[in-house]
Amino acid sequence: MSTPPLLHIENLKLYFRTGKGMVRAVDDVHFDLEANHAVVVLGESGCGKTSLAKAILRLLPRNVDTYSGEVYLNGVDVMAFNDEEYRRQVRWRKMSMVPQAAMNALNPVLKVGDQVAEPSIIHSAMRKEEALEQASKMFQHVGVPQDFLHRYAFELSGGMRQRVAIAMALVTWPDLIVLDEPTSALDVLTQANIFNVLKELKGELGLSFILITHDIATSSELADSVAVMYAGQIVETGDAHRFFAEPLHPYSRKLMDSVPRLRGTQEPDFIVGQPPSLINPPTGCRFAARCPQCFSRCVEDPPTIAENGRTVKCWLHVA
Amino acid sequence: MNTITETAQAEGAVVASARGNGDNVLLSVQDLRVWFELRRFGFGHAGYVRAVDGVNFDLHYSETIAIVGESGCGKSSLMKTILALHRPTKGDIFFEGQSLNALRGSEMQKYRSQVGYVQQDPYGALAPFMSIQKILEEPQIINGIKNKAERDDRLRRAMEEVKMSPVDDFLPKFPHMLSGGQQQRVVIARAMLLDPKLIVADEPVSMLDASVRVEILKLLRGLQEAHDLAVIYITHDLSTVRYFSERVFVMYAGKIVENSPINDLIRNPCHPYTDALLAATSDPDANNATRFRDVPPGEPPSLVKPPAGCRFHPRCARRIEGLCEVEEPPYFEPELNHFAACWLYR
Repeated sequence: MSTPPLLHIENLKLYFRTGKGMVRAVDDVHFDLEANHAVVVLGESGCGKTSLAKAILRLLPRNVDTYSGEVYLNGVDVMAFNDEEYRRQVRWRKMSMVPQAAMNALNPVLKVGDQVAEPSIIHSAMRKEEALEQASKMFQHVGVPQDFLHRYAFELSGGMRQRVAIAMALVTWPDLIVLDEPTSALDVLTQANIFNVLKELKGELGLSFILITHDIATSSELADSVAVMYAGQIVETGDAHRFFAEPLHPYSRKLMDSVPRLRGTQEPDFIVGQPPSLINPPTGCRFAARCPQCFSRCVEDPPTIAENGRTVKCWLHVA
Repeated sequence: MNTITETAQAEGAVVASARGNGDNVLLSVQDLRVWFELRRFGFGHAGYVRAVDGVNFDLHYSETIAIVGESGCGKSSLMKTILALHRPTKGDIFFEGQSLNALRGSEMQKYRSQVGYVQQDPYGALAPFMSIQKILEEPQIINGIKNKAERDDRLRRAMEEVKMSPVDDFLPKFPHMLSGGQQQRVVIARAMLLDPKLIVADEPVSMLDASVRVEILKLLRGLQEAHDLAVIYITHDLSTVRYFSERVFVMYAGKIVENSPINDLIRNPCHPYTDALLAATSDPDANNATRFRDVPPGEPPSLVKPPAGCRFHPRCARRIEGLCEVEEPPYFEPELNHFAACWLYR
């Protein structure tokens, strides 16, 4: 490979200590993201997808037990950085995040313009006027009228607040933005609007996205590739066209079948049972207990098979 | 209260005559208006929020309907008025021919026992300090089922109907010990306890995981069929409506703009707003990533001063100048049994 991928993750682990035992929220995750691509991380709640985002951005809570693995950003090993270096050189500068429900977390007593300007002051050492200018530029990109710079969060609708949250992540010109459920609390038309904005940003600014969601239908609005997560592990990756046409892992197939569709006549189905606890995940394949195609080999941990640019962690695909 | 009623009366276009108990009609909503008064500094009058403004429909026995609309369109106010949690400003709701406005005290309690309510957020709807046993017992005590054995029997049957078995494992648990899907089952069991004739489900699956949504919708559908229930399903997600209800009402800014059987609506949306909703709803398809979706500009209007004429006209690409912004469209019937409040079909 001549140019390294924008983001390369290998063996990433994030375990938490809790009163009940160790929670293996992110357990040996691998994936690559090319520049100007969007990868969607799909999974049910509690499968570790938000923890994965936090592990990538190193936004860790205090009860971390294990945090290890390799994260290469543009070929640079960022895991070698200490926290202070990471904060100065990576977070916001290279990658930023729009956390879940960020639109409800805007500071109610600050004007949204000042809030959007703040990261430039702190991370890019700009003066206030320059930073405000940047903020107004970002408002243009995300489609928020300029006079909203001087408004407070409560004066904005949900869709506008979500755009402000995205502007805030953009303002330091990062290469990669991690979006955690960016539209789950929004109405259908507003959702479509936000995705239009994200598509525009991807085209105009050459941004890359990691989109974390459980909503398969809307995830296809942005996805170039898909990574399916189950019980702390990535069970399938592949490009979006082939994934949406024919998912490989039994879990991905079930997940696709559970989507109610507006067009077409296919009756949706659901997945019986619940995902396992991440405190004592089952040995072998973690999906085996709910899998309709489970067989004798599933008691052992399946290897990750790579074929034609897709990967799948399932014994069914072992030749 | 009196002045509000008078204002509403003066502005009401149609004064519906009380139709009483028609054939097979369980619930009849007639020219319903629910307005909330805005006050300045706590006392001066500052206008009304017209959350529901002139809604008419009939719901038959064992019929399922869906009310679809964005947040702020008045669907929750409509629902709460049907549950008799708000009083109508004007208009009335008839349940089996009985006016809800006239119900008092014990009659109201009897009405409420016949209407089950499935809330949007199951965790918020279950008291965190009560066990499932208690949660399912309390409504029965309030509604005068004195025999402990009968209460026990009913709650067990309800739990089995929502497939929470073995029942004994779940009864002593508290809501936080259950998963989101299980909590929603308990909420449904509670709504079913008193053998209601009508279930009002307010976005019952929007807080749940994608893989659980279909399961809960199928469960509700099964209960509806087994007990011949009438169901009002309130949602903003058109893709789930298909699997659930026969008829759909699209609501925009306090009014119903389109009303049709669901398959006709998807095949041939008549109102431009419905068209926009359908166009914005995605199915999983990798080609979505390369196309931009058409979204009408702007945002839903304020319900304090809604636009004159058709309320969608400021955002509508197909508006007819000189008509849509002047006169409010009546219902036209572009195809059989499919109604749209839009001047395009005059």
